[in-house]
Amino acid sequence: MLYALCFLLFMIGLYCVVVKKNLVKIVIGLAIMEYAVNLFLIMLGYRVGGTAPIIGRGDIQAGVDHVAAHFVNNAVDPLPQALVLTSIVISLGSLALLISICIRIYDKYGTFDITEIRRLRG
Amino acid sequence: MSRALPAFVVVPLVAAFLLPVLGSKGKAAATLLANLVTIALLALAVACVGHSGVYEVGTWPSHIGIVLVLDGLTSLMLLAVNVVSAAAMLFSVRYMEQYTAKPKYLSLFLLMVAGMNGVVITGDIFNLFVFLEIASIASYALVGFGCEHEELEASFKYMVLGSVASSLILLGIALVYGNTGALNMAYTAKVIQQTGINAGLAFAMSLFIVGFGLKAALVPFHAWLPDAHPSAPAPISAMLSGVLIKALGIYALSRLVFNVFGVSIPVSWVLIALGVLSMVVGVFLAVGQWDFKRLLAYHSISQMGYVVLGIGLGALILAQGGNPLWASLAILGGLFHLVNHAVFKSLLFLTSGSVEMATGTRQLKQMGGLVERMPYTRTACTIASASIAGVPPFNGFWSKLILVIAAVQAGFFGLAAVTVLVSLVTLLSFLKVQRYVFLGELPEELQDTRESKDSMLIAMLFLAALCLLMSLLILVPSLRVAVLQPAVDVLVEGVNHSIRVANL
Amino acid sequence: MTGMTVIVKTISGWVKVLIFLFGIDIILFGHLTPGGGFAGGVILASSYVLLMLAFGRKFVEANLPLPLASRLDCLGAFLFATVAILGLVFGGAFFTNFLYQRYWPGQALDLVSAGTIPLSNVAIGLKVGASLFLIILTLSSLHRDVGRAEPPGAGKASVARQE
Repeated sequence: MLYALCFLLFMIGLYCVVVKKNLVKIVIGLAIMEYAVNLFLIMLGYRVGGTAPIIGRGDIQAGVDHVAAHFVNNAVDPLPQALVLTSIVISLGSLALLISICIRIYDKYGTFDITEIRRLRG
Repeated sequence: MSRALPAFVVVPLVAAFLLPVLGSKGKAAATLLANLVTIALLALAVACVGHSGVYEVGTWPSHIGIVLVLDGLTSLMLLAVNVVSAAAMLFSVRYMEQYTAKPKYLSLFLLMVAGMNGVVITGDIFNLFVFLEIASIASYALVGFGCEHEELEASFKYMVLGSVASSLILLGIALVYGNTGALNMAYTAKVIQQTGINAGLAFAMSLFIVGFGLKAALVPFHAWLPDAHPSAPAPISAMLSGVLIKALGIYALSRLVFNVFGVSIPVSWVLIALGVLSMVVGVFLAVGQWDFKRLLAYHSISQMGYVVLGIGLGALILAQGGNPLWASLAILGGLFHLVNHAVFKSLLFLTSGSVEMATGTRQLKQMGGLVERMPYTRTACTIASASIAGVPPFNGFWSKLILVIAAVQAGFFGLAAVTVLVSLVTLLSFLKVQRYVFLGELPEELQDTRESKDSMLIAMLFLAALCLLMSLLILVPSLRVAVLQPAVDVLVEGVNHSIRVANL
Repeated sequence: MTGMTVIVKTISGWVKVLIFLFGIDIILFGHLTPGGGFAGGVILASSYVLLMLAFGRKFVEANLPLPLASRLDCLGAFLFATVAILGLVFGGAFFTNFLYQRYWPGQALDLVSAGTIPLSNVAIGLKVGASLFLIILTLSSLHRDVGRAEPPGAGKASVARQE
């Protein structure tokens, strides 16, 4: 059910990219799509009633076997969290480049409207 | 030799971060370093042919760490990527003098090479995505490098479509992880072989086809390519059209279809349909173009259709349980055409860059009679045009012949006929290019054009010589067995290959 | 842009130091608490953004000029590559955590533990902080009037001219 909502967010972002005419709105639509995919990735690792995958000082004092058992039985999956960190950094770089190209296009063409930025045809 | 695998990624990365510091001291030092790096990578790629192995990054065991894999398909793709990047870097020594900020260009170029090498050698699906993004973001910046009106517009279009493709691929990777619990390609293959393909994995496969199809510019998803490739500087067009759409799009797709998911009949038919559509639409849109580089860009779409057709045909024959010899032949045709196209298409883009630098225009109707002023460029362009049109004895002829034979043997006579027809129309459009650019009379404005100089000539002649020599790869049996056959075997063996390589 | 009122300028001067210190804390304890190199680097960059909003771009550019930020960026990347290559030299495979496995394991949950991970965190924090600062400085200097066209140059704008 929650996965379907995530997918709905992705579709909203895709709708923005396809339909909107302002350059900046297209970039925002792209950002929404990337958020939706990151959200989906984190939700994959969730375990109902799970704890954060962090080992504290109290756990270590209780002994190594107890630590491992507690981690495997109770913690949510930490691998998707690492994947999402990487994905956030990548989309940061991509968005920075997109915005700087938008600013340059505004300098050259004088407008943000994509129906007027159409010198390349054929 | 698999111990040298990280060097393919680390050496260009470190050089890319060294270049802005060196560049403030002098452009010559930066250019020299960049060229040394690409030539060293080419030597390393040639040395890796015929070896195979697995490299565990960080000494983590392979079920919890990232692995780098060297096998037949990887060494073929490494050769293709590094040959084209060495030639394009050599060409840009002279060509990029007309732009400012050359050290930044070299740094971005090396980042793109590092990303492409990483895509080809990795054995982990998320690592594939990370390197795909490194190469893509570097190429978005390079397409808009000149900062004129059209280049920025083309770069924006390319970026938006490329980012949509990356989001779709990441969603597919998330679905694969959710359904199998592993990200390593071999482990995923084993789990999929045991549990079969459920609805989630089928949806993930369709997301991968759309995402990698967008990166490879197959036909319903090709809208960015005719704008992006002409607007980029010529060596970047050569890299984009020559290796980026192949390493990021077609290599990744075939790796996932053959070695991770396993071939199935619906996926093969989709690939064949996309291939035929790309071939036909690409070539008919190309014939009517009057801009030199735009014409070449549309031809890229069409030739990509050939490669996908070959791979799809092989997948269909394997999935239907037919004769593995014909499947192997179809895949051989597809892969050999991929490598050939890398060489002759980048040569065509480099010659168009040379013509553009000399005459200042890309429109065919404003050129003419350049054969008197630019004889070497003319020779290189003629060799490349003959290769792409499929004239014997150049390399394009052999790969198209193998594809036609495979199609006929498998019983698809319609596909063979379409292949031959598209090849004839390609020949027609390149005769048009030859007539308008080189033959005819020299117009008034172009009376004092001169031939390109040193490094541009060396790069073009190197690739032209390769076009001739690569026919030997298929004709001489020992070379074929050493270079091409291992790549074909990797794909034909499919899922069992990944499981065997990882010792599962 | 010459900046905001005196109240804003005074308070942001004090707060900027706190934010910078917080960023360094998140980087250094990255192997113990959530955060690490990337999050700490973003916080470092945002402390400079606060200064930029309060005092104006020229003040911040005089304080931390573009060439210096670019060198810091490359230095961060180099440090990271050096740590990875040292893993190859001492540990046998690329990127190995050689300090943890061989030389200096350290007690769990101390500041000096977990091998090369704090070193990588510092390198990444330096790089990300410098890169984000460069991006925001460059984007804010791209603001020009419409009609005065830019001369052809690099894809990432005026960094080339100012280097």
